[in-house]
Amino acid sequence: MKRIALLGMPNTGKSTLFNRMTGGAARVGNWPGITVELLSGKILIGGDMVEIIDLPGIYDIHGFSEDEQVVRHFLHDNVPDLAIVVLNATQIERQLSLLLQLKQYNLNMVVLLNMADEAKKFGITIDTAKMSASLGIPIFLLSAKYGNGYQESLQAVTKALRYTTPGMAEELRSQLEQDAHIESEMARVLQHSVQVPARLPDNLTTQLDHLMLHPWLGLPIFFGIMYLLFQGIFFFGQPLQVGVGDLFGWLRESAVEPLLGGLPEFWQGMLLDGVYNGVATVAAFIPIIVLFFLFMAIVEDTGYLSRAAFLMDALMARLGLDGRSFVMLLMGFGCNVPALMGTRVMRSRSLRLLSMLVIPFSLCSARLQVFVFITAALFAPQSAAMVVFSLYLFSFAAAILTALIFKRHFSNSEPFVLELPPYRFPTLRQMLLRGWHEVYHFIHRASKFIILGVVLVWLLTHLPTSAVPAGPDTWAGHIGAWLHPVFEPIGITAELTIALIFGFVAKEIVVGSLAVIYGLSGQALSGTLALQLDWVQAYSFMLFTLIYTPCLSTIATLRSESKSNGFMWLSLGWSLALAWGVSFVFYQGARALGY
Amino acid sequence: MKTINSTPNLDSLIPGESATIVAIQTDEALRQRLSALGFRAGKRIELIRKASFSGPLQVRIGTTDILLRRNEASKISVHKT
Repeated sequence: MKRIALLGMPNTGKSTLFNRMTGGAARVGNWPGITVELLSGKILIGGDMVEIIDLPGIYDIHGFSEDEQVVRHFLHDNVPDLAIVVLNATQIERQLSLLLQLKQYNLNMVVLLNMADEAKKFGITIDTAKMSASLGIPIFLLSAKYGNGYQESLQAVTKALRYTTPGMAEELRSQLEQDAHIESEMARVLQHSVQVPARLPDNLTTQLDHLMLHPWLGLPIFFGIMYLLFQGIFFFGQPLQVGVGDLFGWLRESAVEPLLGGLPEFWQGMLLDGVYNGVATVAAFIPIIVLFFLFMAIVEDTGYLSRAAFLMDALMARLGLDGRSFVMLLMGFGCNVPALMGTRVMRSRSLRLLSMLVIPFSLCSARLQVFVFITAALFAPQSAAMVVFSLYLFSFAAAILTALIFKRHFSNSEPFVLELPPYRFPTLRQMLLRGWHEVYHFIHRASKFIILGVVLVWLLTHLPTSAVPAGPDTWAGHIGAWLHPVFEPIGITAELTIALIFGFVAKEIVVGSLAVIYGLSGQALSGTLALQLDWVQAYSFMLFTLIYTPCLSTIATLRSESKSNGFMWLSLGWSLALAWGVSFVFYQGARALGY
Repeated sequence: MKTINSTPNLDSLIPGESATIVAIQTDEALRQRLSALGFRAGKRIELIRKASFSGPLQVRIGTTDILLRRNEASKISVHKT
């Protein structure tokens, strides 16, 4: 099968093009260096199946970052049949350097000047015919976002694929240091084919930045936007969540119960109170997950995250981190795993490790489910959003404290240089693709972890069969009693302890396992929790859930990204100790104050 | 090692001011990254804004906006125009 590699600088819309070509859903984000794993897809071009690979964005083929090494290794080991080089047309006078570097490798290339729509707005004119002639490479204008120029580009790709791969001479691979000659070559090509206005017109980005990056207003606006975002998720998400929960309850009564009526009691209990209740409780969160990722995608794709890096870098520098670490913390609000992988753009190992140590404290969407559920059960509707917001503040506080404690062990002098892209607004198509992608992932995870998890919880709480379900004589009861001395001082009951143990695997299981432990779902479960716990216990439970290990996937990622078992154990041990300590101080403090 | 230097550095510009890059005195890795972002001797550079609390600078070279810390900016000498 022929192989096409997508190459280009960060933030040129490579992933958007990849999505358009494959119809799949690579992560699309307006943030330099977001593509951290090699995504690939198979498509039909000119009657043949072709594999297309989205390589990480790089500035310089000889650069020192991990992404640049990845691309170098890839090109060295898997010479593609065709390289599609994607350049940002608005920055052509600078990005041409990468193309000229790549040209030295003698690759079979097609160049797509992306964001042609933006370049036009800036008044930049590019004569592709002239440029193509002076470089000897086919060059096309494209807007991957809106699809203009896509058909022509695809035809050029089809045509170029017919040529046999030139292969890469060994002396070319070693002959990499020819940058001196690149500068004069750049000037020659640009002179005849590109016209850039001397001063960019005052556009929307400039005006927006005037407000968003204002010396005094910038930070309050940032926190305001974050607060509104989470308020919005609650406002729109909770009614939907209740609706989905009711729907599952109705389905159980009218269809599932009659269907399983013939089974023995043990199997009926496991399937209904175990699998069905657990899965239904978790599934009710799908609307909130979708909303959350839709909102995050908008913030990410607009380019506001780089602004957040600008605003927060001064604070992060004092913590031994930098603006990019902060952006990864924010990305961690979605899921910690891609955020940990995103630290690959950092060159200094110390900075990377320190960032990876703080990212797991980001309140991810899986933990958000637990908090939404518990706050809805134990706090008045007016204060629920405030309670969840306070947990976000605790999430930041845990990250800050950790950085302060460990910054001396991971001190670094990594320079902070980051491109600031213009504001871009995602198309409806991009947002829907992203939303669907997240639902798919959620269901995928659910089928793998959650069903197995809730079945295990059900067995633990119902075996041996002689014991009262979820009582002290069941296996779960024994585990709870054994761990009681540890969790009693922080107000966490035996039932909650079981949920926490399963939460170690994935936080998505926590609410599902509560449903199984109590044999209830939806409103009935909330009601029982409200009877058994007071708000101090509930908040202590949420603090512990927030701070201790996010999930097994995160631990595995920490291990694989740091390539160090010691670092993984440090992260694991520290987060457990901090979780217990914070919950202890909160719980005992609140009790001492008479709550 | 600080030599007596008559040319100002990038971090001494005030927002709105333009200058021409004279020299970039950093280690090789950073020089390469800066060069890929458009920092080359002879290029015009404009300081757009400075973040509060001694935060980073926002500069513009051609059509690219870049954030960099004051520490890095102090290693880039410029000629005010």
